[in-house]
Amino acid sequence: MERIGEIIREKGASTALIIGVFVFWELFCLMAGISDILLPRPTQIIAALIQYWPAIWPHTWQTLYTTLIGFSIGVVIGLLLGILIGSSKLAYDTAYPLLVGFSSIPKVAVVPIFVLWYGAGTVPAILTAMIICIFPIVVNVATGIATVEPELEDVMKTLKASKWDILWNVSLPRAMPYFFAALKVAITLAFVGSVVAETVASNRGIGNMMMIASSSFNVPLVFAGLFVLAGLGVALYVLFSLIEQRVTGWAHRKTDLASA
Amino acid sequence: MNVSLTTIEPATAIRVPAFIEFQGASITYGRGEKAVQALAPTSLKVAEGEFVALVGPSGCGKSTILKMVGELLKPSTGHVFVAGREIGATPIRIGMAYQNPTLLPWLNIRDNVMLPLKIVPPFRQGYRAKRKTEYRDRVETLLDQVGLGGFGDKYPWQLSGGMMQRANLCRALIHDPDLLLLDEPFGALDQFTREELWAIMQDLWLSKKLTVLLVTHDLKEAAYLADRICVMSARPGRILDDSPVEIARPRTIDMTFEPDFVALNQRLRAMIVGARGGTGIVSHAPGGPRS
Repeated sequence: MERIGEIIREKGASTALIIGVFVFWELFCLMAGISDILLPRPTQIIAALIQYWPAIWPHTWQTLYTTLIGFSIGVVIGLLLGILIGSSKLAYDTAYPLLVGFSSIPKVAVVPIFVLWYGAGTVPAILTAMIICIFPIVVNVATGIATVEPELEDVMKTLKASKWDILWNVSLPRAMPYFFAALKVAITLAFVGSVVAETVASNRGIGNMMMIASSSFNVPLVFAGLFVLAGLGVALYVLFSLIEQRVTGWAHRKTDLASA
Repeated sequence: MNVSLTTIEPATAIRVPAFIEFQGASITYGRGEKAVQALAPTSLKVAEGEFVALVGPSGCGKSTILKMVGELLKPSTGHVFVAGREIGATPIRIGMAYQNPTLLPWLNIRDNVMLPLKIVPPFRQGYRAKRKTEYRDRVETLLDQVGLGGFGDKYPWQLSGGMMQRANLCRALIHDPDLLLLDEPFGALDQFTREELWAIMQDLWLSKKLTVLLVTHDLKEAAYLADRICVMSARPGRILDDSPVEIARPRTIDMTFEPDFVALNQRLRAMIVGARGGTGIVSHAPGGPRS
């Protein structure tokens, strides 16, 4: 009983804030008489969402799957690079400057190059999503692996453990909290990547749908696209948070104890 | 530069082949002008089954000696032999415990202690099959010995500092090492827990008869546990004195208040104060006789 009360108190404030923002938005538009060409009201947006749902759905699916494919490839590459860079001083010193330079390129700027190589469509969106989420994963995994306590490494080395033994038994599990923190950042970034690519060069996806809707001044539909993106982002974030709790609960033991 | 070569024969009268042998081994960090000699050429012999403590002012290269024996550092000059072979090729099993228990937070105590069995041959063969039966019993027996019976399912953060250190000792001993290296393992514990662990450590050593090298800044701890105490000078470290502890075993805490013990402590302390430069400020050398 006490736990339920606590959950209500915990979640209550954030739920109230979300509802409050939408109510304020609705009332503000009504009272200030703002045209729905500029800023549609939440109710209009939801109406548009329902009205156009059969048309929105294929675009949603397109965006979701390009994002997820790009994200998955990015995670695999990021994890491997992170392990490599984190476990070798030489690799760290060699590759890090290049990586930082690479990551500071605005990812929108590479979309035209992908289009040049692969033509407009799904592939540039996948690649943009992939490239945008590599960096945070590499940095986090490398940090997790490189910060293993030196004493623990000594203990492992006196046991004549191989590099692989140390990586598998100590470094990798230790890097997991860092990895999951990066995943939550990376999944939201991956959406940014794929939507940007769709906006610039695609004839499918939520990004493309919003471009078309805005060129025909269907502003509620543009906002409906935003709502869909926000929904997808939140859903995947929650999914990874749940996996994180299961896999790396040991790193968050304080909150566990508090709620137990 | 005045480099003195100290050759110290084992203090015990019986001639046994040395298990650990340093032949003029030194360690220099850095190169050229910035080079710092951490350990002056040192010769030292430790017999099999002996318990040797290294004491000295901080930064004197005590841990450096330990790291060389553990094959974590190669001597800049000279040689280090363990079990008759030069380090890098020694066939022996080593256990190591630091002041920081470094237990893995995602594993419970049992799995933490089992970690060496997963890595060290011949235990690593058949680890998967035996971890639920044979190895589990092995861990439980050892945990019982250090007073951690029934704590196998707990996670490290659920344990006190003293209990974590006990688990750390178990992890260093589970694979039946020939040699145990201890680097201030009880340094972060309170006085009473520390004394309790001295007794446990002594029991473990008496039952297993393995060779132990203990680095400590606690003179009382060195005198309680060791067969021999090596006093080291300030950097660059040299062995100033190497003398046996002639107190019968098993030793008890009460014995630490007896005249022999106190006299030994005072002698060691005077030597370390001298090695530090003799400022007379000795308040941070814990474990000495308090008046």
